[in-house]
Amino acid sequence: MPSSEFVKEHFVARVVVDVMLKPEILDPQGKAVHGALPRLGFDGVRDVRQGKRFELELDGDVTEDRLAQVRRVAETLLSNPVIEDYAVRVEQP
Amino acid sequence: MKIGVVTFPGSLDDVDARRAVTLAGAEPVRLWHGDDHLGGVDAVVLPGGFSYGDYLRCGAIARFAPVMGAVVEAANGGLPVLGICNGFQILCESHLLPGALIRNHSRRFVCRDQRLRIENAATAWTSDYSAGQEVVIVLKNGEGGYVADNATLDRLEGEGQVVARYLGANPNGSMRDIAGITNDRGNVVGLMPHPEHAVDDLCGAGTDGLAFFTSVLRQVPALH
Repeated sequence: MPSSEFVKEHFVARVVVDVMLKPEILDPQGKAVHGALPRLGFDGVRDVRQGKRFELELDGDVTEDRLAQVRRVAETLLSNPVIEDYAVRVEQP
Repeated sequence: MKIGVVTFPGSLDDVDARRAVTLAGAEPVRLWHGDDHLGGVDAVVLPGGFSYGDYLRCGAIARFAPVMGAVVEAANGGLPVLGICNGFQILCESHLLPGALIRNHSRRFVCRDQRLRIENAATAWTSDYSAGQEVVIVLKNGEGGYVADNATLDRLEGEGQVVARYLGANPNGSMRDIAGITNDRGNVVGLMPHPEHAVDDLCGAGTDGLAFFTSVLRQVPALH
């Protein structure tokens, strides 16, 4: 079907990389956010950790090879493995 | 004797670093982040500042600058390299030094005259100090908390790779009060305080920082 061909050709896959400080690393920014919550009247929040979210838009299909490539990007540039963990997931359109 | 000082987009203290090199009696050489060579210098200083706006993580983008390929190769060959503040962050991101630097535990930018103890006076950049010597050097950072896993910290302490420690109240949350470290060869030193701001009695807290820049002069003949 021409319409599905069109969809396939223009399909942009979005891969999300979440980067968080490792649990044992102090997160002063998360603490600052946490400290602000009671002042705004929000209670019952035990802890806040702040991280980063990267959205990578890939051309075409997400293959295992492409995902492996994204993981290499995540561990060499997007995160510093000394202090951070990352998680890669494909976002469904 | 030529000491290269790298300027990245966002470097702030490259001019002071070049001035410190001159006061120490060496010839400063300007190196640009886009250079893929070091121009035949005998040592390199990575200065403080906010390279590439501190985007992503401090030093994370600078690590991939063309000049860093040359710096890493030369450092692995024994060239003396001193990273100050942002330069220290770049050395960690480049894996020339272990660990990382994170946001100050106080969440505040710290700017003050800082008492330090020189722990290792045998590196390329600290031989004009004596081990255990106490000095005062300017400290100014927002992300100066040194972190590493316990095994790495134990190894750094066990091998004498802690170059300087903070005295008094810990200013930024650095583990084990670490202000500076070196690699196992002693040619690469990363330091969070700013010795280039402590080289002239006219301004600042004194001249305790000058010895970093004079120390390296003694190393250079050994290289040739």
